[in-house]
Amino acid sequence: MAADKVDPIHQFQIHTIVPLHIGGYDVSFTNASLFMVIVVLLTGGFLYLSMAGRGMVPTRLQSISEMCYEFTASMLKDAAGTQGMKFFPFVFSIFMFVLVANLLGLFPYFFTVTSHIIVTFALSMLIILTVVVYGFGKHGFRFLKLFVPSGVPVVLLPLVVAIELVSFLSRPVSLSVRLFANMLAGHITLKVFSGFVISLSALGAVGVAGAVLPLAMAVALTALELLVSALQAYVFAILTCMYLNDALHPSH
Amino acid sequence: MHAGLHDGNKLMFVTTAYAEEAAPAAQAGTEVPHQEGGHESFPPFDATTFPSQLLWLAITFGLFYVFLKKTVVPRIGGVIEERSSRITSDLDQAAKLKDEADAAVAAYEQELAEAKTRANAIGQEARDAAKAEAETARKSVEADLESKLAEAESHIATIKTAAMKDVGAIAESTATAIIERLLGKADKADVAAAVKSAAG
Repeated sequence: MAADKVDPIHQFQIHTIVPLHIGGYDVSFTNASLFMVIVVLLTGGFLYLSMAGRGMVPTRLQSISEMCYEFTASMLKDAAGTQGMKFFPFVFSIFMFVLVANLLGLFPYFFTVTSHIIVTFALSMLIILTVVVYGFGKHGFRFLKLFVPSGVPVVLLPLVVAIELVSFLSRPVSLSVRLFANMLAGHITLKVFSGFVISLSALGAVGVAGAVLPLAMAVALTALELLVSALQAYVFAILTCMYLNDALHPSH
Repeated sequence: MHAGLHDGNKLMFVTTAYAEEAAPAAQAGTEVPHQEGGHESFPPFDATTFPSQLLWLAITFGLFYVFLKKTVVPRIGGVIEERSSRITSDLDQAAKLKDEADAAVAAYEQELAEAKTRANAIGQEARDAAKAEAETARKSVEADLESKLAEAESHIATIKTAAMKDVGAIAESTATAIIERLLGKADKADVAAAVKSAAG
């Protein structure tokens, strides 16, 4: 009964802050929009202000920005080669946006932008469309070689091409669901364990003593969620790099 | 516990339900079915919030991308580039200075070796010159001594001859004196003859 008061789904609810309707669509400024703005302002502001000194010897904050930059740059260079560096601002934006959105969502009462499938799906589609548009723009129909691995027997070719096509089309789905599901599941678990603490404490002294266990669990899960937040941002970014590599070098 | 399990079931159910409609949504691009599930549904799958989320994501992420591309990336990249080129040039300069130092050491050692051989040569020369000078000096001294010796010898010879001459006279006078004492008188001519025969 008491657990019902702590609804683990409540944290994902979107409520309107400034109502706004354009062309029959509800495009109100919501708490989700607010946190997108916060993520962008926080990240952009940090990256901008920490580099204000442009020190030859970096300050602590400056070295954080530089580490993010060099981490993303080496990731992109390893996956897509030097040619991939033309996509660096794109990958860097995605990595920083997802990373900060994930981390910011861990604060109590904060909304997690990436816990909504539509956001992660839109980012995935942006990446896949970039790959497709750039791939066709750069290589024309040779981009389709992506689906025809060289050295495959002709008999197997239709099967292989079908598999490659399906795997390519499932990319945006897997990319978006992975991030979304990780964020969603983590936040629900955290909320459920925190809910146990509250419901158990309501049962009196024995309950308070028993509540120590789920509290310890919630603390451990918070640490795990920190790891997951960073890891999922990394996975999202490295897959972006690998897909961009396909656009740059379509033949396997 | 029960509530958690129940939510888990709901989540799984909604996820499978979503997976079925995800494929057409992917093909339709950004267009999403507008009226699907009311406000009662699981919030992440509430399609009524999609237009708002998409619009604001496009605005915020778009501005974020432009800001990063135009301002942040050139700035951070510039600083890192500048630092690495500075390090490279510093290393180059250090290598150059080291080369210069090595060359200076080599030149110094060569000069030292040259100076040593020159010093040896000068020493040898000086020694030879001193030896030669000493030799000539010795020779001249020897010659001088030789001549002095010869002179002294001739002097001695003259003195000796003179003395020998005197010896006769002394012997004559002594013999005369002895004979006069023994015989009372002496014949000077006899004495001289006798002395002469005795001197031979």
